[in-house]
Amino acid sequence: MSLLHLLTLSPFLLAALIPLLGKAVPRLHTGWFAAALSALLFAALLGYLPEVRAGLPITESFAWIPSLGISFTLYLDGLSLLFALMITGMGALVAVYSVAYMDSSKESLTSFYVCLLTFMGAMLGLVLSDNLLTLYGFWELTSITSFLLIGYRHENYRARYGALKSLLITMTGGLGLLSGFVLLYVMSGTYRIRELFEVGAPLASHPLFLPAMILILVGAFTKSAQYPFHIWLPDAMEAPTPVSAYLHSATMVKAGLYLVARLSPVFSGTPEWFWLVSLGGLATLLYGSVAAVKQTDLKGILAYSTISQLGLIMCLLGLSSLSGIFDGEEQLLYAAAGTAALFHLLNHAVFKGALFMVAGIVDHETGTRDIRKLGGLAQVMPIAFTISLFGAFSMAGLPPFGGFLSKEMFLEAVVETLHAGVFDLHTWAALFPVVAWIASVFTFIYSALFVTRTFLGPRKKAMHGLKVHDAPALMTIPPALLAALALVLGLFPGLVAYSLIQPAAEAMMPIATADGGRIPVEIKFWHGWTPALWMTIGIVAFGALLAWSARRWTKLYTFFPRRLSINRFYDASLRFFERITVWVTAFYMNGSSRSYVKYILGFMMLVLGFILFNSTDVTFRVGAYAQIAPYEWVILLGLAAGGIAVPFAKSRPVAIILTGTVGYMMTLMFVFLRAPDLALTQMVVESISVTLYLLCFYHLPKLRTEQRAVRFRLPNFLVAIAVGVLMTLVALAVLGTNPFDPISDYYVRESYESAGGKNIVNVILVDFRGFDTMLEIMVLAVASIGIYNMIKLRRKATDVGSRHVSHDGDESEEDAAAFRNAQYGHDGPIEEAPDERGSAENEQLEPLETETSESEGGKLSELGEPDDRDSVSPETEIPRTKGGDSDA
Amino acid sequence: MPKGSDIFLQNVSKIVVFLVLAFALYLFFTGHSSPGGGFIAGLMSAGALLLLALAYDIETVRKVVPFDFKLITAIGLLIALGTGTGALLFGQPFLKHAFGHFDLPLLGDTELHTALIFDLGVYLAVVGVTMTILLTIGEDR
Amino acid sequence: MEVIVAVIVGILFAVGIYLILTQDLLRIVLGTSLLTHAVHLLLMTMAMLKTGSAPLLGRGAEDIVDPLPQALILTSIVINFGITAFFLVLSYRAYQKLDTTDMERMRSESSRHRGRSQ
Repeated sequence: MSLLHLLTLSPFLLAALIPLLGKAVPRLHTGWFAAALSALLFAALLGYLPEVRAGLPITESFAWIPSLGISFTLYLDGLSLLFALMITGMGALVAVYSVAYMDSSKESLTSFYVCLLTFMGAMLGLVLSDNLLTLYGFWELTSITSFLLIGYRHENYRARYGALKSLLITMTGGLGLLSGFVLLYVMSGTYRIRELFEVGAPLASHPLFLPAMILILVGAFTKSAQYPFHIWLPDAMEAPTPVSAYLHSATMVKAGLYLVARLSPVFSGTPEWFWLVSLGGLATLLYGSVAAVKQTDLKGILAYSTISQLGLIMCLLGLSSLSGIFDGEEQLLYAAAGTAALFHLLNHAVFKGALFMVAGIVDHETGTRDIRKLGGLAQVMPIAFTISLFGAFSMAGLPPFGGFLSKEMFLEAVVETLHAGVFDLHTWAALFPVVAWIASVFTFIYSALFVTRTFLGPRKKAMHGLKVHDAPALMTIPPALLAALALVLGLFPGLVAYSLIQPAAEAMMPIATADGGRIPVEIKFWHGWTPALWMTIGIVAFGALLAWSARRWTKLYTFFPRRLSINRFYDASLRFFERITVWVTAFYMNGSSRSYVKYILGFMMLVLGFILFNSTDVTFRVGAYAQIAPYEWVILLGLAAGGIAVPFAKSRPVAIILTGTVGYMMTLMFVFLRAPDLALTQMVVESISVTLYLLCFYHLPKLRTEQRAVRFRLPNFLVAIAVGVLMTLVALAVLGTNPFDPISDYYVRESYESAGGKNIVNVILVDFRGFDTMLEIMVLAVASIGIYNMIKLRRKATDVGSRHVSHDGDESEEDAAAFRNAQYGHDGPIEEAPDERGSAENEQLEPLETETSESEGGKLSELGEPDDRDSVSPETEIPRTKGGDSDA
Repeated sequence: MPKGSDIFLQNVSKIVVFLVLAFALYLFFTGHSSPGGGFIAGLMSAGALLLLALAYDIETVRKVVPFDFKLITAIGLLIALGTGTGALLFGQPFLKHAFGHFDLPLLGDTELHTALIFDLGVYLAVVGVTMTILLTIGEDR
Repeated sequence: MEVIVAVIVGILFAVGIYLILTQDLLRIVLGTSLLTHAVHLLLMTMAMLKTGSAPLLGRGAEDIVDPLPQALILTSIVINFGITAFFLVLSYRAYQKLDTTDMERMRSESSRHRGRSQ
C-alpha cells in the first residue's frame, strides 16, 4: 500500500463513512465532505507534477490476487495525471456547486454523495490502473454509479428509462471491452499495459489483433457516446445537473477517450485503427453538432454538444495515430493532432462544466430549461449571462478563449491529413476538412442559440410574474471559476502546455519520443494566415448568418425520418428481448418448485453419471473394510427401516417421530464411528428439533390431525431411486478412488503442536477453520432473525397483497406517457405545441404530480390493475396519453 | 405451554436443568481437549432451558433468564469477531489464536487459550439463536 | 461395513428426494432432514470407517479416525438445525396464512389472496 493507493481508495473510504458523517454532523451539508476530499486529492496529485513532468512516471504495485497474476498496480504518467487532475478538480467544483443545488431538506443526499464519491474513486482507479483487469473493474463501476446517479430521482419515469438505457449500452460495451482485454492477454500473455507496449510489433500480425481492437473500440465508443452508441447520453440528462456536469461531460464519458489514448501505442500505425477511430469520431462530431441545433432543452443542447465534442477529440486521437508510421518532422506534425486532442479535452471539461452549471442555475431560478420559454434573462442574471458567454465563446472556438486554440489546432490537423497519402488517404482525405468545417459551423450555431435564446431577446409569457435573479454565491462561484479558467487557458496556454499537455502527449505517443526528443507543444494565437484561420473566419461568418436565421430553416429537421432513428431501434429491440425472455422463462419456470428440484437433480445425475462412467480413474471397490459388530447391524437396519418408513406414515406426527428415530440412530452411528462430538451434538439437536415440530403442532392442532398419506407417484419414485442408486455408486467410487493423500494428517500432527488442543475436531472448528465457524454462526444468527421476523414482525391486515400496493405510487402515468411521446424528439423533428404544453406541466407541477400519482396508484391497485404494470408496452400506453393531455 | 402440567416433571426438571447446565459448562471448558466445545455446550444449555419451558411455561423461562436472546446472539458474534480481529492487532492473520501455560492459584498449571474466547462467542451465539427460535415460536399466538 | 453404509446412504437419499418431491410442505422439511443425514453418512464413509479411535490426542491411541469429516459434519449438523427450524417456521406461517400445507393449493391460495387485496 502506497500513498498513491491510499489516494485512489480514499473516495471509497469516505463513501463508506458518509452515512455516519451525515448523522454525526446533520447541520453540515454532506456535499462539503466530498468537496474537501476532492480538493485534497487535487492538491496531492499536483504534488506529483514535477516528477511526471520530468518524464519519471510513478509505479506502485500491490499484490491483489497473486495466484492469478492480478496485482493492483497504479501507474501515474502524464496522461493519467491529466485525467486525474480533471477528475478531482472538477469533482471539487461540482461538489461545491451541488451543495447549493441539492436541497438537503427535500431529498436524502446520503445516497447521492455515496454514489458520487464511489464514482470519483472508480474514475481515479480507472485512469491510474496499469492492469487491464483492474481497469475493467473500475470501468464497470463507473457505469454502475452512473446508472445509480441518473436514476437518482427514481420516482420519475424518465430517470429510470435513461438510467436503464445508459446501463444497458455501456455494459454491453463493457463486455466487449472485457473480451478485447482477454484477447490481448491471449496474444501477449500479460494484463499489464506497460508490458503490452513492450510486446510491440508481433502483436499487430496476430490474427486476433483486429477482433481485439474492434471489441475494445466498442467499449470505448459506448462509454464516450460515439455514434451510433450515443443515444444514452441525452437521456442521461435526467440526472441532477451536478451529475450531468461531472459524469456526463467532464469525466465519465471521457473514459473512452482515455482508453483510446492509453492503448494507442498498441494499436496505432494500423489502417484499421486509424479509420475506425477517426471516422467514428468524425461521424459523431457531425451528427452531434447537427442534432444539437434542433434541441429545445438547455441540457439537451449541451448533451448533443458533448457528443459532438467527444467525437472531435476521438477524431483527433485517430489522426494522431498517423504519427506511428512516419519519421522525423512529419511524425511530429501528426503528433500535434494528439496534443490538440489532449488540449481540447481539458478545454471541453472547463467550458462544458461551466455551461452545464449555468443550465442548472437557469433551471434552478426559473423552473424550466426550455429555450422556447426562456429569453431576456441577461438583465436579471448578469453573472450567469457572463459565464455562459465565456463558455459559449470557448465552445464555438472564438478568441481569446481556450476553445479557440484547440479548435484551431484541430482544423490544422484535419488539413494536414491532405498531405499524408497513406491508408487510401489520397482519395478520402478531403472528407476530413469538409466535414470538420460543416460540423464547426453547426457548433457555432448551437453555441449562439444557447446564449441568445436564453439570455437575449424578449422575455416570454411563461416568465411573467416570476422573480428571477442570479443564483446564490455558492452556485455561481464554481462556474465562474471555470469560465475564468477558459479565458486563462486562452490567454496563457503555456500554463498547461508544458506542465500537463506535453507529458500527457508523450505518454500517449511514446514512439514520437523514442529517440530521446520531446514532442514540441506550441500553442499560440497567431500562426499567420493559415488555412485553419480562413476556415475559422468562414465558420464565424456562416455560423452567424445561419444562427440569425435559425427560425426559418430549423423546420428542415422535420424531414428526418423518425422511423429509422436509433432510439426507435433501441426501444424495439428492448421490447423484442423482453418478449423473448418472458417466453423462454415461462417455458421452464412454471412456478412449481418440484419441477425445479427435478431440473437440479436431473442435471446432477447427468454430470455425476457422466463422470462416473466415463472417467477411467474411477474404480468401484466392494471389499469389506471395517468389521460390523452384531449390535451395529441392528442400528444399520434400524436406519434403513426408519428412513423407508417415513413416506408411508399416514399422519404427520408419525412421520416426524420416524424422522426423529433416524436422527437418534445417527447419534448411535456416530458413537460407533468414533465421533463423540458428533454424537453429543446430534442428540441435542434432534431433541430440540422434535420439540420445535411439536411446538408448531401445539399452536396449530389442525395441522396435526389432518390425515393425508403421501400419494404414490411413479415419476417421483423413479427420480428418487435413481438419485439413491447414483449416490451409492458415488460412495463406492470414492472408496475405490484415492488420487490424493488425505489432508487430515496435517491436522492430526499440528493439533497439539501449534494449536494446543487435544480434541482435534474442536481444534479444527475454532482454530484451523475458525473462519468457517464464524460464518456458520452468522448463518445461524440470520436464520434466527428470519424466524423472529416471520413470527413477530408481521404486518397487520392484508399482508399478502400489501406489497403490491407499495410500489405502485412510483410511476406517474401521464409523465411516462408524455415522455414516451416525446422521447423520439432527439432524433425526430422539433416537437410542436402539444409537447410544449406537456413539458410545461412536467416542469411546474413536479412535486404536486408525484403526490397525485401516489393516490392514483392506490386507486388503480384497488380496481384490480394487474401487477405487471412495469411491463406494459408503450403501444397500449400511448392512447392514454391523449386522454391525459385533453384533461389538461 | 399449559401451566402446571405435571408436578412430577416440574420437580424433576428443577434438578435436571441444573445438572444439564453444569454438564454443558463442563463440556464447554474441556472442549479443547476432550469431546465438547461451544456448539455442543450451547445446544445443551438451550436444551436445559427448553426442558424448563416444557415443564413450566415460556413465561417462567423468561423470568428465570430475563435476557433478550437476540442480544446474546449479537454479543456472541461480536466476541467471535473480536478474537479474530484481535489477532490483527498483534500483526497476525485474522483469527490466529495463541495459547500458553499459566500457573493459576487453585487450578495449578493451566493452559489458557484465546480459542476459548472464540468458543465462548460460538457458545453465546448458539444459545442465543436456539432460544430465540424456541421462544419466538413458543410465544406465538 | 462401508458397502452397507453406502447402500444406506443411497436409501436415505432416495427417501429424502422422494419426500422433497411430495406436495406436503411439512414432509418436504422432513425430506431435507433425511437428506442431511444421508450426506453426513456419506462424508463419514468417504474417510473410511473405524480406522482408529476417536480423534482425541493424548489417550495412548496409535491410530485415530480422520477428524476432518467430523468437523465438517459438526458444522453441518448445526447449520442444518438452523435451516430446518427456518423451514419449519416458514411452513408454519404459510399454514397460518393460507390454511394449507399443500404446495399446489398454496399456489392457488396465494394468487387468490393477491387478487382479493387489490
